[in-house]
Amino acid sequence: MLDIRNLHAEIDGKPILKGVTLTVKRGEVAAIMGPNGSGKSTLSYVIAGKQDYEVTQGEVLLDGANVLEMDPDERAAKGLFLAFQYPLEIPGVATMTFLKAALNAQRKKRGEEEISPGDFIRQVNQAGDKLGIPRDMLRRALNVGFSGGEKKRMEIMQMALFKPRMCVLDETDSGLDIDALRIVADGVNALRAPDRAFLVITHYQRLLNHIVPDTVHVMADGRIVKSGGPELAVELEAKGYADYLPAAAA
Amino acid sequence: MTALTPIRTKAETALIAQFEALRHEFPAGSALTAREAAMTSFAAAGLPHRRIEAYHYTDLRNLLREVAPLAGAPRAGTGRSIKAGGFMGDLGAHKLVIINGCLVKTDVPALPKGVAISALEGTAPMILDGGDAIVALNTALARQTITVKIGNGMKVEQPIHVAFVQDAAQPQAVFTRLRIEVGEGASLTLLETHEGPSSVATQANTAVEIAVGDDAHLEHARVDAQGSLALSLSSLGLSLGRRASVVSLNLAAGSGIARHQIRAVFVGEQAKLMLAGVGMLDGTMHSDTTLVVDHAVPGGESRELFKTVVEDRATGVFQGKIIVRPHAQKTDGKMMSAALLLSEEASMSNKPELEIFADDVQCGHGATCGALDDDLLFYLMARGIPRKEAQALLIRSFLGAAVETLSHEPLREAIGVLVDDWLKRRG
Repeated sequence: MLDIRNLHAEIDGKPILKGVTLTVKRGEVAAIMGPNGSGKSTLSYVIAGKQDYEVTQGEVLLDGANVLEMDPDERAAKGLFLAFQYPLEIPGVATMTFLKAALNAQRKKRGEEEISPGDFIRQVNQAGDKLGIPRDMLRRALNVGFSGGEKKRMEIMQMALFKPRMCVLDETDSGLDIDALRIVADGVNALRAPDRAFLVITHYQRLLNHIVPDTVHVMADGRIVKSGGPELAVELEAKGYADYLPAAAA
Repeated sequence: MTALTPIRTKAETALIAQFEALRHEFPAGSALTAREAAMTSFAAAGLPHRRIEAYHYTDLRNLLREVAPLAGAPRAGTGRSIKAGGFMGDLGAHKLVIINGCLVKTDVPALPKGVAISALEGTAPMILDGGDAIVALNTALARQTITVKIGNGMKVEQPIHVAFVQDAAQPQAVFTRLRIEVGEGASLTLLETHEGPSSVATQANTAVEIAVGDDAHLEHARVDAQGSLALSLSSLGLSLGRRASVVSLNLAAGSGIARHQIRAVFVGEQAKLMLAGVGMLDGTMHSDTTLVVDHAVPGGESRELFKTVVEDRATGVFQGKIIVRPHAQKTDGKMMSAALLLSEEASMSNKPELEIFADDVQCGHGATCGALDDDLLFYLMARGIPRKEAQALLIRSFLGAAVETLSHEPLREAIGVLVDDWLKRRG
């Protein structure tokens, strides 16, 4: 489903990704772990299309189409979703207004009809209820005054509402306490499906106890340096990233 | 010392000649004396230019090169044929139509008893600074002082909509004077719309004075839709009585060149004022808001919230000054002007000022100029919202804070529709 081939990207002339190659299959949950500064978040931004990064080499294929040639909104319409590490606050834009604008924009781009107001409210409430999102939160400005955990839940709720096929989760566990982590993980697990894939980016193994991955990749210094099964995450948790840091490699 | 005789520009000479030509039409009396005094003061000072602080960013000696001939009185029956102010939708308002500076009788729906309307001979300003050159020209050349009086204790249920219209096929200049008195304990929602033909270079000099009595409440919106060829000079004077509360919003999106000046004076204690502005500037528009809030008595509260979006090669100006007089203790004043620049060539000049002569006050000001936040845009786009639509959402939310100062729902929604229309036009 997602094919990343020899991806190089830099910011302000500084190389961050130095040849990432990675495949995520349909229905697969892949995890990327790695030390701080290894390029994990950059990878998620480049996949989603953030302008700050310049891709100097390589490609990112979603079902064979190179998403690097698309604007972020086109990528979303194609079924790509990035759950942000730091979801943004947008004062003055009511959450419901935002959700509806986003859902209808995606549908329009796919040649589908606008969702009916009744269906929209039902779907939002359903998704919100599962994640314990109070109704009054949906009437407030998007993410404004939400706690860290509420913001993350809002990200997962959007994922449930938009039903993307390729979900990239960037450090979704950061800033969450155990209870919030479980709610978010349950939300993600409920969305696991044979035609949907996940790329879960995390620093800690903790999240992977709740969202059990099929494959685990270790990223260091802008490359995937090791791949394996869930046992690799356990091993990393025990031994740390020392083996993968540039100083150790040198 | 040598007295300097300024060389008059062509426009200044033309304005003086216009007054001379018109003088015989004005009946003799105190009104004519006021006109003559105003014209003498204008002739001495000339058009304000960039060395006069309040006009620094809108140099009229430079911008007003050609003076358009004075508009004639409106043709009979035009009050019925022009759908004045129709672009605001149906607000169920009592409508007064002023065409080419003259009140055209309208009564749809009938004004309640206790609201008196008259058109008098011109008068000297009561709130605005008579020494200001633009106000002086208005005093000299406005044909009438149209006066609306709201009786003490009157709660006017429906808004009063004053529609200022230029009925013009050729370039013309219109001088209009409106005075509104909101009696003690009265309440009023007032809408001013200003419009003219988009294909004619019209000039407008409008002075509106609103005296808000003790314990009275006013909600006021002014909408400029005079067209990209229009030159609009407008002055708003507000006086606030004891415990009066006033919200006044100006929507600047119409004229090619616009300068809107406000003088708000606290004459009674414990009054509250909110001045808001929504600017949507595009093309080569130039829009200047210059205001003075004068806390002359203790215990007043003033807020200024101006939001301006500048696109293309347009320029925006905000000059705001809060004055707190020596005995105006416990004054609470806060002023904010924020601008969003949407193109490389767009520009905004922001100049907030405080002049505080009392020691027990709370005053602050802020000004910002910036582009749309790329991170917010990316977030919205990553959710599937196309760039223009994402920008529109962010612009709407940026302007929304100013629009929301209005509490009259139909009026606020009508202003919201104008914002949406502007956003749709930018694609």
